[in-house]
Amino acid sequence: MRGRPGGDRGGASGADPGVNALVWLGVVVLGGVGAVLRFSVDGLVSARTSGLFPHGTLVVNVSGALLLGLLGGLALDERVALLAGTALVGAYTTFSTWMFETLRLAEDRQPSRAAANIAVSLALGLAAAALGAVMGSAV
Amino acid sequence: MNKDPRAVAAIFAGGALGALARAGLAQAFPSSPAHWPWPTFAVNILGAFLVGYFVTRLQERLPLSSYRRPLLGTGLCGGLTTFSTMQVELVHMLNAGEYLLAFAYGLVSVAAGCVAVQVGTAVVRRVRIRA
Repeated sequence: MRGRPGGDRGGASGADPGVNALVWLGVVVLGGVGAVLRFSVDGLVSARTSGLFPHGTLVVNVSGALLLGLLGGLALDERVALLAGTALVGAYTTFSTWMFETLRLAEDRQPSRAAANIAVSLALGLAAAALGAVMGSAV
Repeated sequence: MNKDPRAVAAIFAGGALGALARAGLAQAFPSSPAHWPWPTFAVNILGAFLVGYFVTRLQERLPLSSYRRPLLGTGLCGGLTTFSTMQVELVHMLNAGEYLLAFAYGLVSVAAGCVAVQVGTAVVRRVRIRA
């Protein structure tokens, strides 16, 4: 991972100078920003909810799915998509915390909350990503 | 809300590293709606294992630390894994009529993710019992 542009297939985009070291530096910075944003939004939401259900991660993940769907619908340049989508929004949302909190709910004998955390996240996440794509395409 | 600047710096550093690894993998192995999205799947399951391992170890094994969990859990695992990309991949599969693939990808990701957290947790707890 030293600024090697991957994904050139059969030379069709082989001359693309696009993803260079500067872009990878941007990936690093925006990845960090996305993680800090997640921490902040999670904190804001968790402070206002009961704590019995991981609302913070749910809000982060659903809002991120909407944003990534929107960015995908906009048909952005490869570098912009990598920076704004993969790096920033990708790091903003989290699969690991979602799974971890689900398991902890199950460990705490809250199987219905654990199941709800999976079902609600998937349903709202899919709807948000699809809605975002429609919004992005309409712009 | 924890506003400790060291924790925020640790989250930034971990998130930066995790996102770089994930983005590098995604660039190296572009996926299509008709195929299993291995890069996303791999980072998500690896991150789920690591978060189970790190957080359990930090909670149950190591002395309290102000930066390790933000760095390794919130930052690294959070930045390495992604929920949004998985949802967009699922929408692309559904739009492409790949219903079975979408169903399998969603189901296997969640099942493997849960198992990975449990395995990561169990690795730490087993070491403690022996010690």
